[in-house]
Amino acid sequence: MTVRGPTGWTFIKIATVLTYVFMFAPVAVVMLLAFNASQFGSFPMTGLSVRWFVELAQNDAIIRAFQTSMILGALTAVISTSIGVCASLAMVRYDFPGKNLLNTALIAPILVPEVVLAVSLLLFLQFLSMPKNFVLLLLGHVIFTLPFVVLVVQARLVGIRKEYEEAALSLGANPFQTFFQVTLPLLMPAVAAGMLFAFTISFDDITGTLFWKPPGVETVPTQIFAMLRNSISPEINALGTVMIILTVALPLTGAGLARWLASRRGG
Amino acid sequence: MAVSDAHTRDMRPWALLSPALTAITLLLAIPTCFVIVYSFWLRTAAGDEQVGFYLDNWIEVLSDPFYRDILLYTLKIGLITTVCCALMGYPAAYFIAFSKMRNKAFLLLLLMLPFWISYIIRTMSWINILGVSGAVNYVLQSLGIVAEPIQMLYNEATVILGLIHFLLPFMVLNIYVSLEGIDPNLNAAARSLGSTPFQAFREVTLPLSLPGLAAGSLLCFVLGSGTYITPIVLGGPGDGMFANLIYDAIITQLNWPLGSALSIVLLIVLGSVVLLYNRYLSLGQISKGFG
Repeated sequence: MTVRGPTGWTFIKIATVLTYVFMFAPVAVVMLLAFNASQFGSFPMTGLSVRWFVELAQNDAIIRAFQTSMILGALTAVISTSIGVCASLAMVRYDFPGKNLLNTALIAPILVPEVVLAVSLLLFLQFLSMPKNFVLLLLGHVIFTLPFVVLVVQARLVGIRKEYEEAALSLGANPFQTFFQVTLPLLMPAVAAGMLFAFTISFDDITGTLFWKPPGVETVPTQIFAMLRNSISPEINALGTVMIILTVALPLTGAGLARWLASRRGG
Repeated sequence: MAVSDAHTRDMRPWALLSPALTAITLLLAIPTCFVIVYSFWLRTAAGDEQVGFYLDNWIEVLSDPFYRDILLYTLKIGLITTVCCALMGYPAAYFIAFSKMRNKAFLLLLLMLPFWISYIIRTMSWINILGVSGAVNYVLQSLGIVAEPIQMLYNEATVILGLIHFLLPFMVLNIYVSLEGIDPNLNAAARSLGSTPFQAFREVTLPLSLPGLAAGSLLCFVLGSGTYITPIVLGGPGDGMFANLIYDAIITQLNWPLGSALSIVLLIVLGSVVLLYNRYLSLGQISKGFG
């Protein structure tokens, strides 16, 4: 196969291991230090403790940031995926003039630097006398996550065959029945993938959020950012750990669930 | 009947697209045009905005070497980051693509994981590693190599390090997608025709993986050059990038016309990189990573 000489392959193997260490060691250290019993968020480890997680749960500012992030992420996921699935259906199922141009337009929000996207939306809505509020934050997250949803959903849609719908229609179902009883169930994995993706991106976003958020409102990332201004506390590591577990476990559970559903349907 | 059927069939994609297109028009296209207009307004000493056609912001941005130097510095950081990502990412992508290990799916999953871990956490995690009381200093002090902790953070190098850490997965994924699509027979053919493994790599595999390498580089360069969070968290006072100027103008100084002009500069510079890329290669390559 493509394996180069034994020395070349050894080099590649070592480089790969180093790359993975580079990617994951800092994250692992965050999770390790979150359990540090010491009152400083740093080495040495003086013992294992969950006291920082307990303190997190008692910190009102962090709880509020968490709630904001969850609501924002969920609303973004629902809106962005609804819009994105419709657009993806149009792109995958139909041929029409100007399709290539529209495909570029749909991913335009990620081609524009996020800072510029953030400034444009902020300035325009302030010009329309809309105060910095939750709606601005939500609109920003929707427009920023839309291209990711479109890309993910399109990739899934390509694999769904059109024949099922045509069969339903030819067997006498009306378009409405066809959509809800045939198309939508087939679409569900794509919808779920889009929603997960949108939720995670929204939940993690900081670049745009710092521009859009009203004063006094924090999401988890902006809360961490604000806390970093002082010094790195064990609480930040604990909060980071909670976020890592949440944002990593969610897609993994989603993928597992999708596989389980698929195997059940297949069997 | 046939005519009206053809007519409805024509309208359906537009109906499906209309919410997305409305959102993009109202939340992206018009606001961006508005920022161009805004950049010609003026912020008076009293703190009001003066509507009109003033070139003051543009003269300031285009003639003051301060802005030019930071722009060039930003592009330099973006370029170094991209090159480092390519050098580090290629071997890893190559290994995942051609390894015969049973745990290949696991390696791929590991590669995707960083996408799900928050950017701010990955950035701040380096403080735990390189900070005064971080892992490296702890090890060095325990081993007696240094008596006092070394200050390794808050400079240009740590900004680049943080950006590499943030952007490397984009590079690996794009190279992997393109390596995975190469027909292994091509390499075998080159080998059987007498080329050395390295020649086969240089003449066959590498050229065929260039689209992925280019797509990864585009993402790394554009995302890296547009950031302001990493310089704030991991950089020193003098390590601000161009997006930091925009952040300061809009959020700190509330000089929105100036911030608008700076935003347009960044949009034009990074936008031309995207357009240049799309002229010779296709943006479609990037969407393959989502498949």
